[in-house]
Amino acid sequence: MVKSAKILGQDEKIIAAGSGGQGIMLLGKLLAEAGMRAGLRVTWLPSYGAEVRGGTANCMVVISKSKPGSPYVEKADTLIVMNQPSLGRFLPRLKQGGLLLYNSSLAKAPVQTAIDVRGYPFTETAAAAAGSLKAANMVALGAYIAVKKMFSVEEILEIIKEQKRDLLEMNRKALLAGIALVR
Amino acid sequence: MNKEKKILLSGNEAIAEGAIQAGCRFYAGYPITPQNELTAYMARRMPEAGGVFIQAESEIAAINMVMGAAASGIRAMTSSSSPGISLKQEGISYLAGAELPAVIVNMMRGGPGLGNILPSQSDYFQATKGGGHGDYHCLVLAPSRVQESFDTMFSAFSLADKYRVPAIILGDGMLGQVMEPFSVRVPAAFAAKKAANVSKPWALTGCAGREPNVVKSFYLRDGDLEDFNLRLQKKYAVMLKKEARYEGTMLKDADLVLVAYGTMARICSAVVRRLRKEGKKAGLIRPVTLWPFPVQAFLPKTSPARNFLVAEMSYGQMLEDVKLALDGRAQVNFIGRAGGGFPLEEVIAAEARKL
Repeated sequence: MVKSAKILGQDEKIIAAGSGGQGIMLLGKLLAEAGMRAGLRVTWLPSYGAEVRGGTANCMVVISKSKPGSPYVEKADTLIVMNQPSLGRFLPRLKQGGLLLYNSSLAKAPVQTAIDVRGYPFTETAAAAAGSLKAANMVALGAYIAVKKMFSVEEILEIIKEQKRDLLEMNRKALLAGIALVR
Repeated sequence: MNKEKKILLSGNEAIAEGAIQAGCRFYAGYPITPQNELTAYMARRMPEAGGVFIQAESEIAAINMVMGAAASGIRAMTSSSSPGISLKQEGISYLAGAELPAVIVNMMRGGPGLGNILPSQSDYFQATKGGGHGDYHCLVLAPSRVQESFDTMFSAFSLADKYRVPAIILGDGMLGQVMEPFSVRVPAAFAAKKAANVSKPWALTGCAGREPNVVKSFYLRDGDLEDFNLRLQKKYAVMLKKEARYEGTMLKDADLVLVAYGTMARICSAVVRRLRKEGKKAGLIRPVTLWPFPVQAFLPKTSPARNFLVAEMSYGQMLEDVKLALDGRAQVNFIGRAGGGFPLEEVIAAEARKL
């Protein structure tokens, strides 16, 4: 099991964004929950209000060794985007040297040099490996934990097991497929 | 629930769980963003706790139901967000006039009018300076994080009972929505005293075998209302002396003291950390009670600085109380935004560096 606290800097600030229904909120909550269980300080802040299927949705997660200040992420260490409009909107909020994980099924590679750009077909992989487009968020989460070497599949699955038992198998397949994309 | 185990919930949910742990057994509310998670949590949890949950037909109905429940001696609460809280003001004035303890949660959103659903701190005046008609005050508590949102409910219900006043929890949309780990911990003193069952000899509990109690805010006989008002003022004077609370950070050697409450305070705490790293001597006063306002935090012996920076999600409401507390002895600067925006950490830090 990866020792989560060991590989973190002081803070890991994440913005996850996509369209409503892509499971952005859950992706962020799982990261926050995993951070909490690893003994770190976390905050999870959703965009709220007009979040409906087909609309836009984003959440901000701070995972920190010390008491987090603002839960609002001005500049992110990591940006996870699931579609093109979210990429356009949030790319300026990514720090120099930050990690961009984008869904190449639904977004085009940006021309950027000062960041770590990684595109993977999250949606197509979800359909192929887990049998559902809706599992694209779990594929993205798998890719994230593989790139960052933060949290193990077991840690994430333990949370899903407690909270969404009926979808465990689909989520397991999607997470592992996400990890395989990176390797 | 395990006391030591942390759970990940939103500020809205933490407030609801805190209220139930603090003995609240009546909740009436009407939906409004950004506090719906509180109402939804109550809908599920209150029946489990053996209490009453009512989704009222309006905000006005909800506050009046709370008034009725409070008159019976039960710990009662309602919650809403800015426009809904405006609707409740008549009821809050009546609660103050009838000396009924109750808790009102306001997770503030942008105004004026129907405004928007984004976080704001623009109801400070309304909460601390009256809100409804008449010379009254509510106790106003301003938690800044999710754990504190849970913890503060014990103070809110205890102090409301002790002084027989309405207590307002003044939060904002961001505090309501943000999820953070917190422990469900009941203060030992609270648990020991079984504070949920405080004696309320004034309550309407059925008058068999005793003189009837009367709960009212109506005084027609010549002089009676003035006498009542004087009694209220005496009570408020005691609260001003005893209940004003704040959290001070590195005030003794600070050249610049930031002042902020609620969500803005947690943003400012990060600003202070950043400024200290740069070698600038900054401190932070975070009022925990907004009424009574913690004037003692601004005394020269506590905060000798000659330069202050108030940060709010408003165009300067608490600012007025800071100026009154400092009474001209220091420079008071301000940074604020409203209508959905808030001063970002970097923007506040840049402003502070200029001072």
